[in-house]
Amino acid sequence: MKALAARRHHRAAPVVLMLLALLVTGGLYAVLAPSPATAETASTETDVEKGQRLFQANCATCHGPNAEGTSEAPSLVGVGAAAVDFQVSTGRMPMQMSGPQAAAKPPQMDLQQTADLAAYVASLGAGPAIPTAEQVNAELGDSANGALLFRTNCAMCHNAVGAGGALSEGKWAPPLDDVSERNLYQAMLTGPQSMPVFNDANITPEEKRDVIAYLVEQREGSAGGISLGSLGPVSEGIWAWVVGLGLMIGAAVWIGAKSS
Amino acid sequence: MSTDTSPSSTTDAPATPAGKAADYLDQRTSVGVAVKEFARKVFPDHWSFMLGEMALFSFVVLLLTGVFLTMFFDPSMALIEYHGDGPEAMQGQLMSVAFASTLDLSFEVRGGLLMRQIHHWAALVFMAAIVVHMMRVFFTGAFRKPREINWLVGTLLMILGLAAGFSGYSLPDDVLSGNGLRITDGVVKSIPVIGSYTSYFLFGGEFPGEHIIPRLFTVHILLVPALIVALIGVHLFLMVLHKHTQYPGGGRTDKNVVGYPLFPVYVAKMGGNFFIIFGILALMGATMSINNVWNYGPYDPSPVGAGAQPDWYMLFLEGSLRLMPGWGTEWVIFGYTLSLNVLIPAVVIPGLLFTFLFVYPFLEARVTGDKREHHVLDRPRNVPVRTGLGVAFLTAFIVLALAGANDLIATHFAMSLNQITWVFRILFFAGPVFAFWITKRICLGLQRKDRELVLHGHETGRIVRFANGEYIEVHRPLDEQERWLRVNYDAHRPLEIEPATDARGVKRPGYKKDKRWQQLSRFFYEDRVEPVTPAEFAAAHSHGEHDEIAAAQHSPELVSGAEKVEREH
Repeated sequence: MKALAARRHHRAAPVVLMLLALLVTGGLYAVLAPSPATAETASTETDVEKGQRLFQANCATCHGPNAEGTSEAPSLVGVGAAAVDFQVSTGRMPMQMSGPQAAAKPPQMDLQQTADLAAYVASLGAGPAIPTAEQVNAELGDSANGALLFRTNCAMCHNAVGAGGALSEGKWAPPLDDVSERNLYQAMLTGPQSMPVFNDANITPEEKRDVIAYLVEQREGSAGGISLGSLGPVSEGIWAWVVGLGLMIGAAVWIGAKSS
Repeated sequence: MSTDTSPSSTTDAPATPAGKAADYLDQRTSVGVAVKEFARKVFPDHWSFMLGEMALFSFVVLLLTGVFLTMFFDPSMALIEYHGDGPEAMQGQLMSVAFASTLDLSFEVRGGLLMRQIHHWAALVFMAAIVVHMMRVFFTGAFRKPREINWLVGTLLMILGLAAGFSGYSLPDDVLSGNGLRITDGVVKSIPVIGSYTSYFLFGGEFPGEHIIPRLFTVHILLVPALIVALIGVHLFLMVLHKHTQYPGGGRTDKNVVGYPLFPVYVAKMGGNFFIIFGILALMGATMSINNVWNYGPYDPSPVGAGAQPDWYMLFLEGSLRLMPGWGTEWVIFGYTLSLNVLIPAVVIPGLLFTFLFVYPFLEARVTGDKREHHVLDRPRNVPVRTGLGVAFLTAFIVLALAGANDLIATHFAMSLNQITWVFRILFFAGPVFAFWITKRICLGLQRKDRELVLHGHETGRIVRFANGEYIEVHRPLDEQERWLRVNYDAHRPLEIEPATDARGVKRPGYKKDKRWQQLSRFFYEDRVEPVTPAEFAAAHSHGEHDEIAAAQHSPELVSGAEKVEREH
């Protein structure tokens, strides 16, 4: 104890104390913190009843106790499993806060819970189902046809290569560069938020896969170097000013300062 | 004055091979005169004098890479099905030969994509350098007599640069540039009476037709570059003829040029700068992708992509169109449509902006009543209204350019597109007025600060206490160079005009016109800060032997009666 008292005023004492405090707090948190979403992943069977309970706990406030819709939110009867899977697995639902549109966030439900919810909503009325792995496999798609379809149907909101764009009144078409193939398919199929529905008569399942193939191809990057966000001439202009003219003026100042 | 014309004087004959070659040339062309003249030509030294050089060297890079691209580009609008080394997404698509040859020269020609990217980056930097060069010339008053004509030549060069950029941007015949052409078509059609005829004339029929790309090609590789080269020649010739302007400083007057000779100092500096600029552009072309036309796809009049914008120098036009409200601005008169919603933002607004640039030097000369030649530059603070007007102009230009990017501002700053548009609509009118006012105030404030410095010197932070208990801070007087910089300027006064009536009470013709010019002149020069006169300076310094502070306390009395502004404080 004496030795400790003698070192109380050492320069490093506060730092050591702080580290100790952090270590203890972190250790205690790791031991005592409630571990979320550890349960029931064993059962792969979707459970409509569990889904209903999840729905009543997380969704019923806005969508109504039987998903019949309220003045706040639409009815979910007949939207199908695909819509639920899209909204919940991208974290858009349950909605974080009201605003121009629901933003994507880390998903609140785990895979099993999402599947249960989807099964419950699908049980309320017939609607589009979650696409199969083959339906969304980019390697089976034709990106050239996808490029044509994307240019005609999607680029006006999502930008030519899916870098995202602005809509009216604070709404936006999100960038598509890290959206999963399954979610891309579901978005086309169900038309979330401001997006129109592209049903199977409008864009066939094969064509949807072509669009996915085109978007996946864009992730390989640009042949010309850094893509600068694929935002077009505005970002190019900013780089021309900042990098191009910036370096040149820097060089001019340096040359000017050189003794003649 | 060639060195050696008589065959008898063998002692002067050059011995080295280079000397012999020079002598050979000189005896046949008398080029020695020009070399001597240019080698000894003196240029003043400042980094901002290299801004025009940046534009010139970017243009040289544009010519070099442009010649390369011309070898492989095929400006035809014939339709083909693409099968080549380009991206997977382009295979089998229908496209014009122009678009396909752009893909070929990017993916099949060795170094083609690099050349294309250097060319495009150089174009963006070329325009940026021109704009910054113009700002330097404007804010330092380098457009004053005798350089008004050279300012006009420079402004024409800037507009030709826009034309070169726009025509080149449209050549690949992709969706993005096709959208730009579509807007151009709409703008041309909005011109009353001749609009639709002009559009059919330009496009050889209904938009898009099959002629516009070959026509733009001729404009881009022949007409505009030839005009630019010719006008650059005029621009540089006039620059050499007038001699370069110089920043104010000790010993620099309107009758001399203080600097270094062209050879060897500036030849070395310019040569070095050329390689640096070429290097920067090559680096940009090699590492940063630009205008990936295969992202946009071959042109088809129906689709438009989000984030469709022109290159930055055309962004102000795009913004102007985006800001213009559509309701109530399109009228049908006797069956003819008057499209003010396009005519005003795309023709009238840029017309006003360019008119300001063309007219300003003459306007300022008129309200200043100054017919002298000027070779020493103004410090921007010493001409507050000019500086304010320049900043106001830039504010309008920047607001319009930002409005052209309103969708990207909306997505990247999570804001509402509609609100941004309204903010820019208001800012377009209020911003320049506010910018003018605040810039003018800052200039006047800086001038007053200069006056204070000249009269009382630098604060040193050294406090001295006298025996009687009085504290003063010791001020260090300015050295001669510092003082020269701050007192050697003209504070122009508003024009004085002859009275409305002559001695017999008869009305003088032309009085009203003079009166209007005088009012404009007052706007320019009513608020001003006069430079410190030698008398004031002497008075401030003879005051009290012991310190500088005592002088400061009395300074209001020393200000001459004419100085309205100075008296305010």
